[in-house]
Amino acid sequence: MSTNPVSIRIYVPKDACAIACGADEVVQAIEAAALARSQPVEIIRTGSRGMLWLEPLVEVATPEGRIAYGPVEEGDVEALFAAGFLTGATHALRIGKPEEHPFLAKQTRLTFARCGIIDPASYADYVAHGGYKGLERALALGPAEIIEEVKKSGLRGRGGAGFPTAIKWKTVADAKDDRKYIVCNADEGDSGTFADRMIMEGDPFQLIEGMTIAGIAVGATKGYVYTRSEYPHAIWAMEKAIEAARAHGMLGVNIAGSPHSFDMEVRMGAGAYVCGEETALLDSLEGGRGTVRAKPPLPAHKGLFQKPTVINNVLSLVAVPHILADGAQKYADFGMGRSRGTMPVQIAGNVKFGGLFETAFGITLGELINDIGGGTASGRPVKAAQVGGPLGAYVPTWQFDLPFDYEAFAAKDALIGHGGIVVFDDTADMVKMARFAMEFCSVESCGKCTPCRIGSTRGVEVIDRIVAGERREKNLEVLKDLCQTMKLGSLCALGGFTPYPVLSALTHFPEEFGDTPRRLEAAE
Amino acid sequence: MSLVHEIDYGTPAPKTDKMVTLTIDGVEVTVAEGTSIMRAAMEMGTQIPKLCATDMLDAFGSCRLCLIEIEGRNGTPASCTTPVAPGIKVHTQTPRLAQLRKGVMELYISDHPLDCLTCAANGDCELQDMAGAVGLREVRYGMEGANHFAPTSELVMPKDESNPYFTYDPAKCIVCNRCVRACEEVQGTFALTISGRGFDSRVSPGQSEAFLTSECVSCGACVQACPTATLSEKRLIEIGTPEHSVVTTCAYCGVGCTFKAEMRGQEVVRMVPWKEGKANRGHSCVKGRFAWGYAMHKDRVLNPMIRAKVTDPWREVSWDEAIAHTASELKRIQETYGRRSVGGITSSRCTNEEAYLVQKIIRAGFGTNNVDTCARVCHSPTGYGLNQAFGTSAGTQDFDSVEDSDVILVIGANPTDGHPVFGSRMKKRLREGAKLIVVDPRRIDLVRSPHIKADFHLPLQPGTNVAVVTSLAHVIVTEGLVDETFVRERCDWDEFQDWAEFVADERHSPEAVAQYTGVAPELIRGAARLFATGGNAAIYYGLGVTEHSQGSTTVMAIANLAMATGNIGRRGVGVNPLRGQNNVQGSCDMGSFPHELPGYRHISDDATRATFEAMWGRPLDPEPGLRIPNMLDAAVEGTFKALYVQGEDILQSDPDTKHVAAGLAAMELVIVQDLFLNETANYAHVFLPGCTFLEKDGTFTNAERRIQLVRKVMAPKNGYGDWEVTQLLARAIGMDWNYTHPSEIMDEIAALTPTFAGVSFKRLDELGSVQWPCNDANPEGVPIMHIESFARGKGKFVVTEYVPTDERSGARFPLLLTTGRILSHYNVGAQTRRTDNVAWHPEDLLEIHPHDAEQRGVRDGDWVRIDSRAGSTTLRAEITDRVAPGVVYTTFHHPTTQANVVTTDFSDWATNCPEFKVTAVQVARSNGPSQWQEDYDAFARQSRRIAVEAAE
Repeated sequence: MSTNPVSIRIYVPKDACAIACGADEVVQAIEAAALARSQPVEIIRTGSRGMLWLEPLVEVATPEGRIAYGPVEEGDVEALFAAGFLTGATHALRIGKPEEHPFLAKQTRLTFARCGIIDPASYADYVAHGGYKGLERALALGPAEIIEEVKKSGLRGRGGAGFPTAIKWKTVADAKDDRKYIVCNADEGDSGTFADRMIMEGDPFQLIEGMTIAGIAVGATKGYVYTRSEYPHAIWAMEKAIEAARAHGMLGVNIAGSPHSFDMEVRMGAGAYVCGEETALLDSLEGGRGTVRAKPPLPAHKGLFQKPTVINNVLSLVAVPHILADGAQKYADFGMGRSRGTMPVQIAGNVKFGGLFETAFGITLGELINDIGGGTASGRPVKAAQVGGPLGAYVPTWQFDLPFDYEAFAAKDALIGHGGIVVFDDTADMVKMARFAMEFCSVESCGKCTPCRIGSTRGVEVIDRIVAGERREKNLEVLKDLCQTMKLGSLCALGGFTPYPVLSALTHFPEEFGDTPRRLEAAE
Repeated sequence: MSLVHEIDYGTPAPKTDKMVTLTIDGVEVTVAEGTSIMRAAMEMGTQIPKLCATDMLDAFGSCRLCLIEIEGRNGTPASCTTPVAPGIKVHTQTPRLAQLRKGVMELYISDHPLDCLTCAANGDCELQDMAGAVGLREVRYGMEGANHFAPTSELVMPKDESNPYFTYDPAKCIVCNRCVRACEEVQGTFALTISGRGFDSRVSPGQSEAFLTSECVSCGACVQACPTATLSEKRLIEIGTPEHSVVTTCAYCGVGCTFKAEMRGQEVVRMVPWKEGKANRGHSCVKGRFAWGYAMHKDRVLNPMIRAKVTDPWREVSWDEAIAHTASELKRIQETYGRRSVGGITSSRCTNEEAYLVQKIIRAGFGTNNVDTCARVCHSPTGYGLNQAFGTSAGTQDFDSVEDSDVILVIGANPTDGHPVFGSRMKKRLREGAKLIVVDPRRIDLVRSPHIKADFHLPLQPGTNVAVVTSLAHVIVTEGLVDETFVRERCDWDEFQDWAEFVADERHSPEAVAQYTGVAPELIRGAARLFATGGNAAIYYGLGVTEHSQGSTTVMAIANLAMATGNIGRRGVGVNPLRGQNNVQGSCDMGSFPHELPGYRHISDDATRATFEAMWGRPLDPEPGLRIPNMLDAAVEGTFKALYVQGEDILQSDPDTKHVAAGLAAMELVIVQDLFLNETANYAHVFLPGCTFLEKDGTFTNAERRIQLVRKVMAPKNGYGDWEVTQLLARAIGMDWNYTHPSEIMDEIAALTPTFAGVSFKRLDELGSVQWPCNDANPEGVPIMHIESFARGKGKFVVTEYVPTDERSGARFPLLLTTGRILSHYNVGAQTRRTDNVAWHPEDLLEIHPHDAEQRGVRDGDWVRIDSRAGSTTLRAEITDRVAPGVVYTTFHHPTTQANVVTTDFSDWATNCPEFKVTAVQVARSNGPSQWQEDYDAFARQSRRIAVEAAE
């Protein structure tokens, strides 16, 4: 043992998932163990690499690079020290170089390139890893050119609708008004989604940079990040970063010495799923009840406080700095058809290797679930996957050749949504899943439009009657009619998309809705 | 007769001349750009099913019944929220749409009680209509699911019957939000919301409060908007649906709302604001919509009564006896005390025709010009001041004009209480972004209320209006903000220069006047700059301007301000007096002032007088007669002996009650024509029963010079219209009057009055209303005046020297009392106190600042005594920082309070309009009514006795 040991840098995620898995306790254990050994350590709290089954994933800086260990529990720390993990020594939990792990090696990380690597609270770290290159170029290009660049990249809204981002920006840029806004929809409420949270926790400056570029492009001077109260770590990280950006002149008046001004703040929602719908979000942001607005007028014309407003998902905005920094073409080169660039796919549910997988559009659902995700965690056969949140369709295994592409999914009455995949094994009761969709809608409906407000409650009742075997055929017909009414009649996607999980369950697993309510009995 | 049905176009009409042509169901239709597809369809006669849409409100898009298909576009957009576009092809009925609508309707009905036959809205229910329209034949969900109506359902909420006029039954709510939106968009109160989410959603006043105790102002907009029985008038529930309706004009304030009186036989079921009414545009307030029950109140006197002395009980007599007695008494008095010993007062609550007849009987029948009207005590300075400046005694705009205002300056007016329907229209414009300056000693609601905030509030000391307005002019002149082009072109340049030099004097600077106005200089400077440079600037003012010793001066100062900034002669600008009573403009127009014949022509003008003499067949006195205060003075002196008062309660409404009482007591014949035994009737010898606006034909002229028809909806309960009573009396004193209908009276007015030359009942019926002047040059009237030039030629700037009132606070009377009114009551309260409006305001209260209250040991709700040099009264205190320290405030709606016992005899130098708004007073804790109140109460009880006929 040397008399004056060199301080060793250790990376432990501060990501909410890692913390839930015990990352904070692991940090304490590492500090205690190091102190006991008089070994100076510098612990850096990063975002997550996205290999969630390995959290807490602890990385140690060694001369040959960062060496990862995971999942590390508090009780493993002593043994790790004993094994010499500070020098990257072998241990049962040793992963090796994280970037060489197949889960990461197979990815195309643009948006998440820095996530899990840098210190999210460090402005210097962000800049050292290529941060603010996009803004630098944006300032050189000017508003019209920025929009042109985003247009060339083919970027489409990552919130689910897939609307071309540049067209939205152009509409706001062309609107004449004394004030305009950039609103970031970070109200990530879909089941099985966590990309927004991860990027805000792991690389918040990127969102700030993206919003700033958007502001310059359309002439907005104020931005809001609307996120969930369930995301305290993301809020902390965003606020820290906003403060740091202001301190470095990257937010506020005359950003980076340019004539442009832009500032932003984080606003917290109150727990309503529907506030993730963009117009309900605006109502909530204004301080009112979160109810959906009829369109037109579009938010681009009359949005926040009736002013022209760009409202984009987190993933759309964080793609922007990359597009500007490396050029639109490089981004557009990824993908298939009209779906360009990469998509941070979130693999969750009953899956062996769950996590964030950023890849170019075009990969099939089967590859994502079986090859990347490793099948179910339970070890049973996969039955179906729900893609795109609680309002997404259930895709059965025989459709797993579907490429991840907006149009391909739409053709099969399915949707990509926010890129969340929830995997189910063969024990899943599809009637219950259908009922859950209706119940979810009835709980989360804002209550404005009739099909959603009353229809979702009636949907639950009708499915209950089907399960009870009460006039089954007639009630199945009522259910299909109700789905049609909700799909075409609802004001927003909440009521409008609730029929997707219901009808997909009904279409792909009709026997489960048969005279015998229990699927397993009926299947034999 | 049948019900007046108004077409509901679903969404408001856009304001544009640009037209768009599209095809709906194969028919080409051209409509204004921005029109919704729903409205475009309705304009060609196709009613697309709808529930949440109504043309009083912006499109909402929640019911999803109005879905349509557009060729080449995806989906089924809502026709209410989708605007027309050139060349699109719309289909309003397809198999898919039919199925969708049926599906939506099936959902609605699955949560709605099926008690149509016993429901108050039966036959008048849009939900019922739509179920029929979409062909709903079955509710396949059954009625046993979750619901809000079954007694066993946990979602059932109790009916709210707290409001005296309407009920809220949550069981019938379809959550269309129309009531919530009406409260926000039309009324601007924001009292209603939706509580709960999803299926639990239900309308809620405030945070699940009762309607009565919530912020609801009971304007009725929600009830009107409700498509079901959820919000229903209690009268409708009690009586049933109306079978015919008559459009008429409200008899409350000077806004002049028009209503459909919805009737069943002779019984009024409800009053529903008329969308085509150009003053109210389909809106109403708690008074006009609901507080008309006084017409049927048991206190109404229906038989004529006479008595020899006021200490005698009244004796009911026949109309013949009453009229004969009155005529002979008038004759006796004129023979004994001279022709000029009698006079009369016209009413600002009666019709133009009635006011005209009263001044006619006085001038032509009594042979004296001793005629005056209650405008004396409210807007006489407006008539004088605006006539001086512009050449007409009236406001310059129509109410619609406010929709184009960018800056609104409100001085001494409280529109949300006094002129609530116009107040709502003003608030709508303010919510759209217009700027607001309020000059008022009190923090009126406009200063700060939901979604409204004054950019400047100048809380001046009562009595310093002239100083503040002149100081605003000082800033405009010295900072070079004058619209010189306008002034050079339209006004007398020499007079302007004199005026400009005067206001530019340092003693008028905001810094100099601050010490006695109490207004911070930067507020005056900021307000002046905003007014002069903020775009279209309009001034609205009320009695807080006129009822001062310098009332006329302030009116002229206001006119100066408008002229100097070029804010006259187009939409969005102007000088707008908010007239108090329904027909105060009209009674002034009709020659009610002692010196003026109808149309504001001086009695001494020989040519004018000659035309009247020729028409009336009697010689007229060329000398102006006595004003009300002069008549009372003369009575006390013993030279004035008889007074004919139609529809005014001078004892309660006029200042210095003791002096009024002394004057009345000194007369030998006081003839009161009224609905009730009012306070003045306590001193009367003849009581002639009056009738309400529901019982007669005629016209009212509102604050925007708009003449509107009052239509008889029921026979007069007292037997005669007021105009007929005056005619009976005229005939009894030897006049050959033979009017068979008020339209004939209007024809006579038109023949004699150039500004009314084009007015006739026929034209009013055709056009709905006209704004005078209406003549050959302007056959449809004049919404905006002084467009090219002023009525008098060049606009006149008048130097407005501030002269402090002699009424000022000192050691003995350290506080300044100012008076006003509140939403639920009207004037002396004779009508509103006899309605359920007392639920909101059962008594007058004295508003006092916490600091002043603390000094006097006064707690909220304490009885306090208020003393001035004129008298004292007691009432309860309300501690509030709405008034500034040193200022107290009360209303004058209740005779038991008699606020005017305290007010003094100071008045406007030009017009004698009383200085109601400034009285130096002291306030102290008290344990009961003052001696005056007790004495008066005893006297009133005795005076109101009616002799009972001995039983047969």
